[in-house]
Order: sequence, then structure tokens, then C-alpha cells
Amino acid sequence: MATTGANCFLPRLSQGLLWALVWSFAAPIVAFPQQNNSKEEFLVLPGETGRFGGRVVVALRAEPKTLNPLIAADVNSREVIGAIQADLVHINRTTQSTESAVAKSWKISPDGLQYTLVLRRGLTFSDGYALDADDVLFTFRVYLDEKVHAPQRDLLLFEGKPISVRKIDPQTLVFRLPKPYGVAERIFDGLAILPRHLLEKPYEEGKMGQLGTLATPPNQWAGLGPFRLKEYVAGQRLVLERNPYYWKTDAKGNRLPYLNELVFLFVPSADAQVLRFQSGETDLISRLGAENYSVLSREQKDYTMVDAGPGLEYNFLFFNLNEPGEKTSAETPQKLRWFREVKFRQAVSAAIDREAMVRLVYQGRGSALWGLVTPGNRLWRDDQLPHPPRSLDKARGLLKEANFSWNTASNGGSTLVDSSGKPVEFSIITNSSNTDRSKMAALIQDDLKQLGMRVQVVPLEFRSLLDRVMQTKEYDACLLGIVSPDADPNVDINVWLSSGGTHLWNPSQAHPATQWEAEIDRLINEQMYARTFEQRKRLYDRAQEILWDYQPMIFLASPDILTGARKAVGNFRPAVLEPYVLWNVEQLYLRNDAVNASR
Amino acid sequence: MKSNRATSIWIVLLLALHVMVVFAGFLGPYDPTEQDRKSPYLPPMRLHLVDAQGHFHARPFVYSLTRREGAFDQYEEDTARPLPLKFFVKGARYRLLGFVPLRWHSFGTESDRIYLLGSDSYGRDQLSRFLYGGQVSLFAGLLGAGITLLLGLCVGALAGFYGGWRDDLLMRLAELFLALPWLYLLFALRAFLPLAVSPLQAFFLIIAVLGTVGWARPARLVRGVVLSAKERDFVRAARGFGATGGYLLRRHILPGASSVLLTQAAILVPQFVLAEMTLSFVGLGVPEPVPSWGNLLSSLQQYSVLVSYWWMYLPAFIMVPFFLGYLGLGSRLQQYGEPYKIGK
Repeated sequence: MATTGANCFLPRLSQGLLWALVWSFAAPIVAFPQQNNSKEEFLVLPGETGRFGGRVVVALRAEPKTLNPLIAADVNSREVIGAIQADLVHINRTTQSTESAVAKSWKISPDGLQYTLVLRRGLTFSDGYALDADDVLFTFRVYLDEKVHAPQRDLLLFEGKPISVRKIDPQTLVFRLPKPYGVAERIFDGLAILPRHLLEKPYEEGKMGQLGTLATPPNQWAGLGPFRLKEYVAGQRLVLERNPYYWKTDAKGNRLPYLNELVFLFVPSADAQVLRFQSGETDLISRLGAENYSVLSREQKDYTMVDAGPGLEYNFLFFNLNEPGEKTSAETPQKLRWFREVKFRQAVSAAIDREAMVRLVYQGRGSALWGLVTPGNRLWRDDQLPHPPRSLDKARGLLKEANFSWNTASNGGSTLVDSSGKPVEFSIITNSSNTDRSKMAALIQDDLKQLGMRVQVVPLEFRSLLDRVMQTKEYDACLLGIVSPDADPNVDINVWLSSGGTHLWNPSQAHPATQWEAEIDRLINEQMYARTFEQRKRLYDRAQEILWDYQPMIFLASPDILTGARKAVGNFRPAVLEPYVLWNVEQLYLRNDAVNASR
Repeated sequence: MKSNRATSIWIVLLLALHVMVVFAGFLGPYDPTEQDRKSPYLPPMRLHLVDAQGHFHARPFVYSLTRREGAFDQYEEDTARPLPLKFFVKGARYRLLGFVPLRWHSFGTESDRIYLLGSDSYGRDQLSRFLYGGQVSLFAGLLGAGITLLLGLCVGALAGFYGGWRDDLLMRLAELFLALPWLYLLFALRAFLPLAVSPLQAFFLIIAVLGTVGWARPARLVRGVVLSAKERDFVRAARGFGATGGYLLRRHILPGASSVLLTQAAILVPQFVLAEMTLSFVGLGVPEPVPSWGNLLSSLQQYSVLVSYWWMYLPAFIMVPFFLGYLGLGSRLQQYGEPYKIGK
């Protein structure tokens, strides 16, 4: 502890001097960073003790769009922000339960409406300014401001009413909910605490949305995360350096993080990322497809590949159940009649060979799905949900019950026709950039051919696909996947509720279109405010069973989280929640030889 | 003379390849879209005459391949299960030349499936896919070249023979078409079409686009031939005897352009086949699961396929004699058919 203190003091002193010089010329009004390192309350992390120094290089698929947590929506931005910022309460990516972070403790009032959070004492932003309750108040004011359009705002509203925050003293805050909410502490995860001293002025000037571009000078951006901004080279890389004021230590009391630098390289394609990793240019790799994973596994030399197990991505097929609009083609009402027939959807579901999907698409590194909750979600999966094997006979029986029949052609093939004699033909759209999904669609095409359905697969660019599903609603069926950011089901609320924007088969309904959608709405709303886990689980399981009975989404398969790391990287413990390999970035370190050899 | 013999060999090879593709249904053992889900990326099976015990068999056989326990794409020869090759076996239904329904295939085995060129990611037979894919690709090439040449001939003859403003108009139009980026034209056309295009529609769309875009070059060549031919003495003489424009073109002028057209055809066919392959490679061609040579190669876009499954390259290598054959044909036609050779 003593040594670390001295280690930290030196750079801080020199930095303080620099600050003094800069500010005395540039902005004499701004106060000198407050120092209160006397009684810092550290969070001590268990686990392997590492070595200091070195850097780790990770590839991102694209440049992050922003560093500003208030507008970040893309994966790449979130990955970088995760290393720069910190939240009050954090969800542990391996245990999937909440634990203290910037707030050292929280208490829930008996009525479940009031959360009292106590901040850690002596915390400092990465630019040396102290944190207090006013920063948290400011943060929530900004998140809740309608004009800012923060994506997190929805999480802080309960039936349209916002959560309210009150400061008790510089370390204590009280959050009041309009309604009791089962897992309110989970909403704090991912809500970065913003530095008021940097952002208050731009916020009052209404410039919040323009802040946090990648070109922001490092001294004008700060957070509570393990790293801080160092350098950005457009189109190439973003370099983060160690935050000397970070508030976590290892078991021996050394201040984390271990690494001096964390470098993000921008490598646009998955194949190029594999090549970079193979050649040693990057140290960690995640979001791997099964094919590339097996290529890398075949010749493991100085790296290890880890299959972290089933993740939270669920892939599914859904039919267009929207009311036909004015512009839709003449065929649409006819197709809608098939798609609205529950037995038709059940037959499609019964005919799909999910096991083959797992084997051929994920090379066995995945699991078949019959519901929205993947096997990776240990707490919430419903073991009562039926897992029937593929059965063409059952599918044919269901179609017969729904008045479909077969015409036999001269070449021995048969065509499925509906009660008016029209052959069943439709197309499945899927996003062309995802080869896994295109492959699943090709398998479904062949599965349904055996029922006499003529299916065409149309790969579309992702944006035009979303446009068709959400806006124009001109499609027959669509194959998509969603990655849940958290194990708790409330993150998928917009998929469940009929009023939700990602209620994909018929989004943003004013009133539930069907009885069963109304029932799902009721169950999901009820579970949101239920007090105990058992109650919530029971309601949620029931909703899943309704989803299974009516099959608006036909669940297909879920891939494992496949990752890899150079052997030199210590404490590498990939998780099935995002960020898969960087969730414990403060604990990652380079082993002995690697630090000396490198860089 | 020696080079002539070499070209003849190429031409024979070319013919053989075309015949093979036409009889794809008979020569290929399976339906090209049939998935064998237990055998993804199965390597080509080796034909044996001598078995593991050292006994000689007159009938060639393969050993069935079984997947290694727990692996996805690792196979081992099961020497306990030889699969003798049978000729003229009954199998999947197909239509020979598009209309004769048949079930006979040139070869196959009695029990398990045989993969002489390996299988793809869905366990589909690569050999059958290559042969059927040739039907799409070659037919697109031949039909596209046919349309192009017909258009080129008409426009070139009109422009060259009648001259004047017609010539100007048609030739400026030709220049416009020469400058047209056909790939983007196809993108644009595709955007106007309905979402799902059936394989047949997609096929004819490609042919139509390729055919209409390519006419400018042959049209200019034909125009040149017509321009010089219409000033020749025998043409003037025929005109003096009262021949009409149509008669002159048909009887005296266009026959001179035939060798130019044939040479053009020999160059255009492989060009159009290549264009079809490009389109299918980028996913704008004939949609899966219908095979075409471009579709066959498109799986090579993935790094994992490139480094793991060498037999996925085979279709690319088999196309080499095809292109060489057409080149040989083109140069031979040019040699023999120089329209008005001087000094020989």
C-alpha cells in the first residue's frame, strides 16, 4: 500500500504542476484539482495478483461513434466507454448478480420505493477532480433530460414517471421510485457517472450531444473507469492509458489497473481480425464465429482459445403479422391469413431442425432454442418449456388441421396449397452481413421444402432490413437475432410488450392486437413490479410458455461466446455478458516475460 | 500447323465440357440442392482399386468416411466399409435437357453417398453442384453473347449502311453504353424489382442486363466492316442492277461480317460467364440454393474456408480449361476467317 501511494504521488505531483502551468495561462478561473487522497475507500478485488506495465491490444469492428455515454448506441462505443467510465452499482459479468461499485453500499426501504446509496469516500475522476454527490445528481439530471435523448432514459422511467434523486450529504443519495421495482439496483449498471466540472457548462448551453467525439483532447474528458483517453489516430487506433486515480485494488492492496495502456485497433472485418490475432498484432479476440474459432484452435501456439459457454444471443424467425397498409401488394392479405394461423406457425416451428442448425452453423458450439431465454442465462431459463424434437409428421398434421393440403407434381415433388388452392410461397429476409443467419435461413428453406413450402432467402443490408421490419412493413418473414445486454429479463421488455418498438412481428401497437399479446403484456408488467424473485420467475415463465404456444417468434439457436487471448495475458476470464473479454480489464496483466519483451 | 493441333485439342476439350454440363443430371450422382446434414465439408473420397488387405478389385471403390468423435469436419476412412462404385444407378429425379424426366445417373453407390469432389457446408455434393452450376453459368454466357451479337449486328449494320444522322445517333448511343457501369446498373435494376426474385427471374434478369449492355463494341466492329464493304465493286455493281438495301445487306455485306461476329462470340462467351460468376459471387446472381459457378466460389470469401477446405477451390481450377478453350477457339476463328485478306 505504501509503495503504491508513493508511485501514485509522483505522477500526480508532476501532473498537478503541469495543470497549474496550463491553467494559469489558459483559464485562471478554473479551480485547481481538489486533492483528497487521505482516506480513499478502495474496492478490493479477489483473484490472482498481476504485474504492472505493458499494454494490451484489442480489435474493434469499427471506430466507436462517440465517447459520450449519453449518445452511445453502438457496440464499439460501449466497449470503449466501459473502460473509461464506471457506474454506481455494477453487474458482475460472471456471477450475473449486482455488486457495489462507485456506491459502496445500498439499502432498500421496507416499501421498496426508496434506495439509499452511499458513495465511496475519496474517489477522484481520471483528471484528478474529486467526486461527490453533486456529480451523481448532475448525472441523473442529464440522463433524465428529455432534450438530451439519452438511450438510458427509458430505463429510469416507471410507467412514464421518472426516478427522483435527492442528496442527503456529500456521500449519500436517496433514489425514489414511483413504483416498487423488483431489481431497481440493476438499472444503475452501465449508467456512467459524469464529471460535472467538465460537462455542466456545455450542458447548460445545450451542447451535450456534440461532446465526446473521438478527437476530444484527453485533458477535456474524464471518467471513473480504469483507463483514460490518451491518443486517437483517425481510422487506425484509439489509445487509453492507465487511470492513476482508479478506485480498485488487488488482494495485496496494489492500485489497479495493471496495464499501462489499452489500445483499440479498428479492423473492419471478422476475417481480418482473425489474421491480426494470429499474427500477434492483437492480444485478445472475441465475437468470433465458430468457423474462425476452429481455425484458430487448430494451431494454438502462443494463444489459448476459450469457449465461454452459451451466451445471451437468441436467433429467431418471425412472420409479418402487421395489419396490411394501403401500399401493400395484393398477395399480402392472403399471406397474412397463413401467417396469422397459429397452427401454420407451429408447423413451421415443428419442421425446423434446430439440432442441425447448432451442428452446421455453430459447429456444435451453441445450443438449440425453444424460448427467448438462452441456456446461458442460468437464473431465468424455463426448464418447463417443451423441447420437442423435429417432427415433419407433426408439422403435416398441424397443416392438415388448418386446411392446408398437398398437390403432387409430375416430378414427384409436392406443393403445399391453402384452402383456396394457392401454393404456399414466401420469402425470408435476413441480414447479409451475418453469415450464420444466412446459413440458418438456408437450412430453414430446405426444412420447409420438405413440407412443400417454397421459400426464398433474401439477404439484405441491415439498415434496409430494419427499415422493412419497423417502417414499411413490407416483408413476409424475417430471421434476426438479439443479444441481451443483461441476464435480467427486463432488458428485453420492448420485445415483449405489444407497445414496444422491438415487438418485431407487430411493433408499437396502440392496443394489443390479440388476446394472448394482452396476456403477455399483463404478465410482463406484473413481473416488473413483483417483489420477490420467485414471483417474478413464475410470471416470466408463464409469459414464455404463451410465447411458445403461439409462436410469434420461432426460436432457433444461440451461439456460444467464443474468445481467445495470448498466453501472456493474465487474469483472462471471458464472460458470457458483454463486454466478453474486457469486463475485468482492470485485472488483466502481462506475464513476466511479456512485459520485458514488449514495447 | 502445330499450334493448330493445340487449338483443336482445346476445342475438343471445350466441347466435352459443354456436353458434360448439358448432361449434368445424368453425370452428377445427386440433386445439387440436396443437403446431407451429417457430412458437412467432407473431403473428396479417394477411388481405390486395392483394398486395405492388399487385394485387387476390378471394380473401383471408395471407403466410407466417418466423422471423428466430437469433431465437426474431421473424417476418417472406415476401411471396414468399402463402397463399390456402381454405374447406371437409379437416384434423384431430374429432367434431361430440361424435359426428359429420368432417374438414371452415370454412377453412384448402393448405400452411402459418394463425394468425388467433396461436399460443401451443408453436405451438398460439389461434383453435382459444379455440373449443374455450369448449366446456369454457361447458358447465361451463351445467351448473353447471343443477345449482344444480335443487337450489335442490327445496330452496326444500320449505322454503317445508312449513315448520316442514323449513324451519328446510334454511335453516340453506343459510346454512352460503353461508358455505362453495368454493375451499378444491375444494382439499380435490382432495387426496382420485388424483394424476392425467383431463380429463373434472376437468371433472365442477368442475361438481359449483360446482353443489352454489351452490344456497343460488336456494333462498332460491324459498322466498320459494313462501311468498307458497301464501297466495294461487287456491292456497287449489285446496287447498279437495282438491288434494295435489305438485299444488299443480307446477300453481300453481312456475310463478310460473320467472321468478326464469330470471333467476338468466342471472346464474349467467357466474358459473360465471368460476369455471371462475379454477380453470383457478390450475391446478386442466381439465389441459393441453385448452384452457379459464381455461387460455388462465393464460399471462398470466408477466411476459414480458404485455409481449411482445399477442395472448395476445385471448381475454380476446372474453369481454367474452359476459358483457355474459348481463347483457343477465338484465335483460331480469327486466323481462318480474316474477311478480306490481302496478299494471300
